Amino acid sequence: MSGTINTSNSVNVRSSDIYRSREPLESNQLADFIQETLALTKRLFIQLQRRPSTLIAGIVQPLMWLVLFGALFQNAPQGMMGNDLSYGQFLGAGVIVFTAFAGALNAGLPVMFDREFGFLNRLLVAPLASRYSIVAASAIYIVALSLIQTAAIIGVSAIMGAGLPSLTGLAAITLIILLLVLGVTAMSLGFTFALPGHIELIAVIFVINLPLLFASTALAPLTFMPQWLQIVACLNPLTYAIEPIRYLYTHPQWNLTSVVLQAPWGSISFGSSLLILVSFMLLTLTAIQPLLKRRLA
Amino acid sequence: MAAAVLIQNLCKSYGTVPAVKDVSFQVNQGEIFGLLGPNGAGKTTTIRCLCTLAKPDSGTIELGGVSVVDQPREARKRLGYVAQEVALDKILTGRELLELQAALYHIPKVEARQRIEVLLEVLDLQSYADKKTGTYSGGLKRRIDLAAGLLHQPEVLVLDEPTVGLDIESRVVVWDFLRQLRSSGTTIVITSHYLEEIDALADRVGIIDRGLVIAEGTPSALKNRLGGDRITLRIREFTPVAEAERARHLLSQLSCVQEAKVNDNQANALNLVVTPDRDVLMTIQQSLQTAELPIFGISQSRPSLDDVYLAATGKTLLDAELSAASSRDLKAEKKQSMR
Repeated sequence: MSGTINTSNSVNVRSSDIYRSREPLESNQLADFIQETLALTKRLFIQLQRRPSTLIAGIVQPLMWLVLFGALFQNAPQGMMGNDLSYGQFLGAGVIVFTAFAGALNAGLPVMFDREFGFLNRLLVAPLASRYSIVAASAIYIVALSLIQTAAIIGVSAIMGAGLPSLTGLAAITLIILLLVLGVTAMSLGFTFALPGHIELIAVIFVINLPLLFASTALAPLTFMPQWLQIVACLNPLTYAIEPIRYLYTHPQWNLTSVVLQAPWGSISFGSSLLILVSFMLLTLTAIQPLLKRRLA
Repeated sequence: MAAAVLIQNLCKSYGTVPAVKDVSFQVNQGEIFGLLGPNGAGKTTTIRCLCTLAKPDSGTIELGGVSVVDQPREARKRLGYVAQEVALDKILTGRELLELQAALYHIPKVEARQRIEVLLEVLDLQSYADKKTGTYSGGLKRRIDLAAGLLHQPEVLVLDEPTVGLDIESRVVVWDFLRQLRSSGTTIVITSHYLEEIDALADRVGIIDRGLVIAEGTPSALKNRLGGDRITLRIREFTPVAEAERARHLLSQLSCVQEAKVNDNQANALNLVVTPDRDVLMTIQQSLQTAELPIFGISQSRPSLDDVYLAATGKTLLDAELSAASSRDLKAEKKQSMR
C-alpha cells in the first residue's frame, strides 16, 4: 500500500486545471441517449473480450447439443420426423432457437450483479438522458452475442450436412432470432428488477430454461406429443421461432403464407409465426414497463 | 443566492423503520460540510436522498435552488457522488471506467480525454490508469472513484465515508485533495464516523443521531459551547454505582468542577466538565485520595466533537456505534441500497 501513495505534498490540485470550463454542456436528448447507450454497450463488450468464457461456452454448448443429441437418435428410422428429414437436420433449428433463448434468459445476470455490487448506483446518479439506455445496452449486447452463436451453429450444421438456407432465409432467421431475443431479454430484465438477488434470478432461470425447451418443438415434432403437450408447445413462443427456421431448412421455396405448423386449433403460416413473435416481444416489453419505471425512476 | 445544498425536514422510512426522522441543514457554496454520526444514524440515507437514489417520504432537498425530487436530472448534473462502497467494474481499467463515466455525463470525447488526463495526474494515478481496477489497492480505488465523481466538474461533491478502510497516509492524501478542491470553489458534503476527520476537514458540521440532527455549527463553536475541559474518570474498570455516586458527590463540591455525571454507558465512569486549569487533575486526585477512593484511569482533554455528541446523547460515538452495530439489520440495509 505504501508504495502506491505519494506523500501529501505531491498532490497538487490546480483549480484551473480541473475547472477549465463550467459552461453547461450542450444538451441534446437523443445524442445523449446514444452516447450513454454506446458507452454502456462498450463496457459489456470489453467484459466479453477479457472474459470470453461465456461466449466460448455459448458456442461449444450448442455444438455439443448438435453432436450428442444428433447421435442419440442416429438410428431412428429415416423419415420419422416427416419429410425425409434426418434427426440432425431436424435438430438444427431447435438448437439455434434454444441457444438464443438461453442466452437472452441470462441477459439480466450482469445487471443483477451491477445491482448487487452497487455499480448500478453509479449509473443511477448520472444524469442519463433515459435510464432505458441501461436496458438498451443489455439488449444490443445479447442480440449481438446470439447472432454470433447462431452463425456458428448454422455453419457447423452446414458442415454436418444440414444444408444452408438461402440469403433471404438467413435474413429471416436473423429477424426471428432478433424478435425472440428482445422479448426474452425484456423478460429476464423484468425478473432482474423484481427479484432480490442473483441466487433467486438463477433459480428462476433454471426453472424456466429446460421446461420451455422440452415443451417446444425443438427436440421432437408435435406429432410425437400427447394432445396436452401439443397444446402447451403451441402456446410456447419458442415453437414459433423454431418452426419457421426449420421450414427454411427444408423448403428452398417459401413465402409468408407457407404453413409451418399444424397447431391443434389450425395451421400456422410463416407470417403468423412472425406476428406471434412480434406480439410476444411487445407483450414482454410492455409488461416490464411499470417495474422498470419504479426501479429506475 | 440559494444555498448549495438545502435540506429541510427530510424524512425517510424503510418499511416501518424510520431511517431519517427529521433532518435539516444547509450547506453554503464553497464550504466543506461534515455529517457526523455513528453507523446507522441516518447519514447514508440522507445522502441517498440527496443523490436521488432514494425518494424522501417528505421534506425538501434542493441543490442550488433545484429540487432533487422534481428535477432529478438537473440535480444529477450538479452532483458528484462518491459512494461508501466503491463499486468499480474490476474488469475495466481505470481509464476505461473514467471514459464510461464521462459518457454517462455526456462529456464530449475530446474534452473527456483531457479532463481524464488532468485528473489522473492530479490524483497521481497515471501509472495505474491502464491497469484493471480489480488489481487496485484500497487507496487507489478511492482515488479513481474520486476522479470519477469529479469528471463532470460538479458544483457539489458528496462523499459517503470516503476514508473508511484507508491507512492514515492515504487518508491525509484524500483530505489534502478535498481541501484544495474546496479552494477551487467546490462545495463538499462529507459523511464520517471518524471524529478527527470531520474536525480536521469540515468548515461546519451537523451531528446526526437516530435520524435527527442534534447539533449544527462550526466545530469550534460546537466545542466552545460546551465550556470547560472534559475529564473522564474511572474509579475502577467497572465501578459500582454507589461508589461512583459517592465520588460524584465528593467532586461536585470542588470549585473547579462545573459539572459531574455518572455515565452508565461507560461502566459508571464519571464525566466531568472542569475549568481549564493545570492543577485540576491534581486537585481531583488529592480529593479522591483523601476519601480513599482508587483511580483506575483519568484523562483530561479540550472538548472534542465526541463531547458534543456525548453532551447531546449521553453516549460517546464509540458506544453508540457498538450498540448500533448490534441492532443493525445488515441484510435489510443491503436491500435498501440495491435498486
